[in-house]
Amino acid sequence: MDTAYSPEDLAFRDEVRDFFQEAYTPELRQRMRSSHKEGAEEWQRKLNDKGWVAPNWPVEFGGTGWTATQKYIYETERSLAGIPNVIPFGLVMVANVIMAYGTDEQKEYFLPRILKSEDWWCQGYSEPGSGSDLASLKTKAERDGDDFIINGAKIWTTYAQYADWIFCLVRTDNSGKKQEGITFILIDMKTEGIKVNPIISIDNHHSLNEVEFSNVRVPAKNVVGEVGKGWTVAKALLAHERTGIAGVADVKRAVRVIKEVAAKEENGGQRLVDDPGFQQRLADIEVELMALEFTELRTLAAQAAGGFPGPESSLLKIKGTELQQATQELLMEIAAYYQGVLPTDLEPDALGHEFTTEARMSYFYGRAATIYGGSNEVQKNIIAKYVLGLE
Amino acid sequence: MNFDFTEEQQMVRDSIARFVQDDYDWDTRKSIVASEKGLSPDNWKLFAELGWLSIPFAEEHGGFGGNIVDLSVVMEELGKGLVVEPYFPTVVLFGGLIARAGNDAQRAEWLPRVIGGDVLGGFAYVERQSRFALHDCLTTATSSGDGFVLNGEKVVVFNGEQADHLVVLARTSGEQSDRTGLSLFIVEASAAGIDKMNYPMMDGQRVANVTFKDVALPADALLGEEGQALALVEALVDEAIIALASEAVGIMGVLNTKTLEYAKTREQFGVAIGSYQALQHRMVDTMMAYEQCKSLLFKALCEYKQDPAMAAETIHALKVLIDRNAKHVFGEAIQIHGGMGMTDELDIGHYAKRLMMINTTFGDANFHRNRFVETAFAA
Repeated sequence: MDTAYSPEDLAFRDEVRDFFQEAYTPELRQRMRSSHKEGAEEWQRKLNDKGWVAPNWPVEFGGTGWTATQKYIYETERSLAGIPNVIPFGLVMVANVIMAYGTDEQKEYFLPRILKSEDWWCQGYSEPGSGSDLASLKTKAERDGDDFIINGAKIWTTYAQYADWIFCLVRTDNSGKKQEGITFILIDMKTEGIKVNPIISIDNHHSLNEVEFSNVRVPAKNVVGEVGKGWTVAKALLAHERTGIAGVADVKRAVRVIKEVAAKEENGGQRLVDDPGFQQRLADIEVELMALEFTELRTLAAQAAGGFPGPESSLLKIKGTELQQATQELLMEIAAYYQGVLPTDLEPDALGHEFTTEARMSYFYGRAATIYGGSNEVQKNIIAKYVLGLE
Repeated sequence: MNFDFTEEQQMVRDSIARFVQDDYDWDTRKSIVASEKGLSPDNWKLFAELGWLSIPFAEEHGGFGGNIVDLSVVMEELGKGLVVEPYFPTVVLFGGLIARAGNDAQRAEWLPRVIGGDVLGGFAYVERQSRFALHDCLTTATSSGDGFVLNGEKVVVFNGEQADHLVVLARTSGEQSDRTGLSLFIVEASAAGIDKMNYPMMDGQRVANVTFKDVALPADALLGEEGQALALVEALVDEAIIALASEAVGIMGVLNTKTLEYAKTREQFGVAIGSYQALQHRMVDTMMAYEQCKSLLFKALCEYKQDPAMAAETIHALKVLIDRNAKHVFGEAIQIHGGMGMTDELDIGHYAKRLMMINTTFGDANFHRNRFVETAFAA
């Protein structure tokens, strides 16, 4: 029982901290807000120049070779510095699938491009009729010589409006069980017959889309893994998502921000940060957060020991997203009347408030955290079945 | 013991419900919110013709002479349709203040205009630093000749963009947080020295930050006794909280009904998602959350109708419970609607946003829990 960092780990932490301080400039921070795509690409290229853009990749493909502790330190420092995660669709999701199931040609072509952020990727899983029940997907791919002809629609596709490529689950066979006959395929978004329809979400922002395919011709060599085995590929990817960390550092940073802004708000002479009711609710969040930090460390230790993460990893997503939502709710309360302000041309000084847009957008977009990546209900089904053995 | 509504109340309820159903569908509401004014002048005229704007006012001014229950019925039904026309700022706040604080001449001048739909009003009371403390007021009105000169700034004034007249809370004496020395003034929104910065809110309202620079007010702009406004405002706020709670109850009922419908029709894994026990229990919880709010609202209505002072403790409790249960209800509505619940296109998120604004208006749960502790534990 020991969680103290070694001198090497401490030195690594300082290196990471210094790099973030120097590389993530205020100008870049502003650009990430004003133009998400350009900002994210610029940051990812900086990380790639440093060799840090893909800590979880094997070294042979361009990973860092860090220990589990180093990865943890890196993620923690990133969150505390208020730096968003890399866009996961290329660097985390499709890259892992290509590394595990792709042909040599696919690896040689796509992986270096992903490292250099030359392609923007998006994920084509959900369909209008297939949410939690992903295997019921209907987008059809029919063989035609060396190609597949694709028809159907994907929905909730984050940043499809920027994407050069989409990785999709499509149905190549209808005859067997619904999990069979699904194929994982990579589609160039410039192909004729693809239409991207924006969906404005409740944070009044455009990040989601519906992607329609009508007679889209895709080379069969773009299939990853075997035709008809896409469900196995997809499941491997989902498992990879679930072993991600719970975002403890993000919640820690949110708590720090809450304390800062609550110190500036007063109700008739009493600072909100000194209000016992407010303090107790913040304390409830911090207590749960302390525990979650060590749940995360237990998962990490299990992974470091080479084992699979145990049952404790299953609760990371559920508890992590619940705590995120609790901090987002407190930030809205602090904003009081200003929480409802929609984006305006008014400067914060004219408006009389600084963080209202951030509070509102993160609160409402944050509602999705318990829905995407397998809703928390589906997560609980997984725990019930695979951890508790309940059928 | 009787929790029934009168025949008259039922008629008002039906008439608003019919309007919402026939003339205020979701697309209509969206286009009104997106329109230049953010409200429909035709609807406002219609509300006047149907008598809805007259509900809380005395018959001698052309009003319906309604009590708090009548007002509650109106607000609940308007809430169900997410009606953005400024009933709350104009009738409940602006009209309510004049009815309470005005002298005979002021009431005779203004209330018929409110009832007739000829005035759009607002109440300017929030300041940058004030949060929910009504008496934390830096805006000043100083005596000058026969009248006053107004200086300062009010923020997030509901209906501030469209209001042609405002009631403004200003300090005529004392220091920033003194409970005495506050006065109310009726101010023409286009008067010289007034600058408005308009902006839209997430619940479809148009609000404004209003700055006053040496705005000259005549003596008869003063509403009520000079320096004694706080008690009047606090009394109005009690009524306003009941009105908002009624609106919230209306919205929560709609959210539960829509979510239940969705759960019965949306199929995953070959069955309606409503057949899953995990979701059934959650919808039972939101049903209970709604019924509990309704019960506490009824308690507040019964007490307030008898004697407004009797309802003080219940009103704090109501604000706490509505805040907590509204978040619970809309949280589950979004979650159970899944990805659809996350879209701006669907109405679910818009009901949620209105509930959030109701929660923060005149103090959130944290604020009223503290007031409740002061009131209830002091005894």
